[in-house]
Amino acid sequence: MSSAATTTYVLRGARPLGGEPVDLVLSGGVIAEIAPVGAARAGSEGDGTVVVDATGLVALPGLVDLHTHLREPGREDAETIGSGTRAAAAGGFTAVHAMANTTPVADTAGVVEQVWRLGRDAGWVDVHPVGAVSVGLAGQQLAELGAMADSAARVRVFSDDGKCVDDPILMRRALEYVKAFDGVVAQHAQEPRLTEGAQMNEGVVSAELGLAGWPAVAEEAIIARDVLLAEHVGSRLHVCHLSTAGSVEIVRWAKGRGIDVTAEVTPHHLVLTDDLARGYDPTFKVNPPLRTAEDVEAVREGLADGTIDIVATDHAPHAREDKDCEWAAAAFGMTGLETALSVVQQTMVDTGRLTWADVARVLSSAPARIGRIDAGEHAQGRPLEVGEPANVTLVDPAARRVVDGAGQATASTNTPFQGRELPGAVVATFLRGRATVLDGAPVPAGADARGVRA
Amino acid sequence: MRHLLSTQDLGRADAVRILDTAAQMAATQSREIKKLPTLRGRTVVNLFYEDSTRTRISFETAAKRLSADVINFSAKGSSVSKGESLKDTALTLQAMGADAVVVRHQASGAPHLLAHAGWLDAAVVNAGDGMHQHPTQALLDAYTLRRHLSGTGLTAPGASGPDDAAARGAGLDGRHVAIVGDVLHSRVARSNVHLLHTLGAHVTLVAPPTLLPVGVQTWPCEVSYDLDATLAGDTANGGPDAVMMLRVQRERMSGSGAGGGAFFPNPLEYSRKYGLDARRLGLLAEHAIVMHPGPMNRGLEISAQAADSPRAVIVEQVANGVAVRMAVLYLLLAGSDETDVAPASAAQPVPAVERVPAS
Repeated sequence: MSSAATTTYVLRGARPLGGEPVDLVLSGGVIAEIAPVGAARAGSEGDGTVVVDATGLVALPGLVDLHTHLREPGREDAETIGSGTRAAAAGGFTAVHAMANTTPVADTAGVVEQVWRLGRDAGWVDVHPVGAVSVGLAGQQLAELGAMADSAARVRVFSDDGKCVDDPILMRRALEYVKAFDGVVAQHAQEPRLTEGAQMNEGVVSAELGLAGWPAVAEEAIIARDVLLAEHVGSRLHVCHLSTAGSVEIVRWAKGRGIDVTAEVTPHHLVLTDDLARGYDPTFKVNPPLRTAEDVEAVREGLADGTIDIVATDHAPHAREDKDCEWAAAAFGMTGLETALSVVQQTMVDTGRLTWADVARVLSSAPARIGRIDAGEHAQGRPLEVGEPANVTLVDPAARRVVDGAGQATASTNTPFQGRELPGAVVATFLRGRATVLDGAPVPAGADARGVRA
Repeated sequence: MRHLLSTQDLGRADAVRILDTAAQMAATQSREIKKLPTLRGRTVVNLFYEDSTRTRISFETAAKRLSADVINFSAKGSSVSKGESLKDTALTLQAMGADAVVVRHQASGAPHLLAHAGWLDAAVVNAGDGMHQHPTQALLDAYTLRRHLSGTGLTAPGASGPDDAAARGAGLDGRHVAIVGDVLHSRVARSNVHLLHTLGAHVTLVAPPTLLPVGVQTWPCEVSYDLDATLAGDTANGGPDAVMMLRVQRERMSGSGAGGGAFFPNPLEYSRKYGLDARRLGLLAEHAIVMHPGPMNRGLEISAQAADSPRAVIVEQVANGVAVRMAVLYLLLAGSDETDVAPASAAQPVPAVERVPAS
């Protein structure tokens, strides 16, 4: 790590947030200089400087994912912190929040510190563990939220994701309790009784396929309840992977009322619909389920107008046998770290609904702010300005690639975009000035990072 | 036809062809020796993950009457109960050289997966998957309906008897079938709505709103909450020519557990509003028939008077099931894409030699 960390990188001709080309100089872990193309004062090749030809590439602040499943500890056959964070770097991320539904559950200071340390040692991205709201995700008793907040992992995001905190008293107590350390409760909104046995979105397709339906109202009812609870106790609420048009409307109403609520949408809910279930391919089985085209349009609109604050991947890797089976027996979830930026480009940028500056907001600064990792020594989601941490992602928006799950860095292959052509490619990722990806290839910590893009 | 997975995959010509072939098969079943050599040397596996004695026996009988070797594979007490995946079971059947796999599974889509995942070369016949489809049940229902309702005249049960020769090549054009009961959980209803529509019939689904799936308005049928009005003919299609009662799945009706429960207040109220009893039987037209896929809950969705009335063709449905399943297996394993693979009339013998399936 040390040799690469001392390297100075000159990103020649990069376009910060899609703007005019400049030279971005990364040195000493920070953005040392921003200069006109060719005018950077930093040394030339041969004196420890690596010049990266970034002509035509968009420079973004390192991406931050508020919703990643790394599976370790417990399901290392599906993903490890090492493989998952390498996939994150490949996707342009410099920080991820690791969800708590591991085995054991991340509901103690000990487990979150373990995850945090394994992430730090892997060195691909900053790993911020999400603490469970309830012991064992059982929805009965508050987990040791304070101890997790005070641990080395400094947890600020708490979630029983995968399960809904459906008990209104427990949810109220959690919202109140995390105010003591400026935490946020990230809710997986799923009314359990309305979704018993549910397999996919309830609608025309579920009726045809004979799969138990998952009604939109099961999500919307919980979001409506929780925004009112958050208002009542004056706390911060974050809505995980919102997926329906009604959910967008409720969040829009709540924000208009001044309630401190934020919301995320996944890349797959920005583009895929429940029609894909027709082939009974469990790759498309996900929680919340893929919805209708009208819902897809609503979440795009919500993201464009700021109702939805961020895009979060809900990267959910699974071992092959957990997907290579009947729909009803298959696990919920899709991988997403390595395709997220491309899907956002395809659905929001290439359609003119978001600028690259907006992308920096929804995929970096806003998730960092929600997770309270936007300040301090390891600040993420900061602007691309001199003196800021050198967390930078270089994207080639003109590239096109056909997704191949087997060729990705994640240990799992359950990508819903298998065989699809997507725009955009992450050319390089820098974590505090150290290249974790160069020329599209992961660079392990400690490796010689003198790759120069031709 | 490579597989039989869903009635939605059947065009009218395919469906009529199966029904015509079934009629020819049925004719052979009145002979002293019912067995045909048609599928000699072929192996049919009945892969049943869910208990269903009558469907399994029907398929087994059909395959044996065609001289196929039959292997019955029940999930209970098998490698499946030891945790074997569907994929590994399929690979095993592939290695053993199964020519057809008749699969019954509690998971919707499992037959689709078997047919398309690349694990198996055999023809796959869906013998009921979750709440999705039960195509051979729909085909035997359509066959039964056609025997009684097709042609120029309508044949009342117990009258001069159905006329198979007159039915040959026919659909169910203009006929009206009411399907009553738990549509939400019913693969029989899903299968029948599409097949009957394909054959030209009008379908009315009758059920309380809690037992109708969201999205049913997009299906090719009418929907009613009022059984009396439907039977009395207060619909655009007039009174039904047939009433198909669905089993109330008691295991789904409890107040808790999977499915949410509490679909209606109590069995008595259900029976009063949606049960077929002697009074409602009297509302039917002279020629109309009563059907039920079985097993029946007597006294709940159907009274003993209705179940045992001359209008009921429930036992005939079971008999027709064997002929229809013989036809399906024959067409999948020995038929070709030609339209005259089966003899032109019931008087002629069904082919006595194996045929090479179309590549």
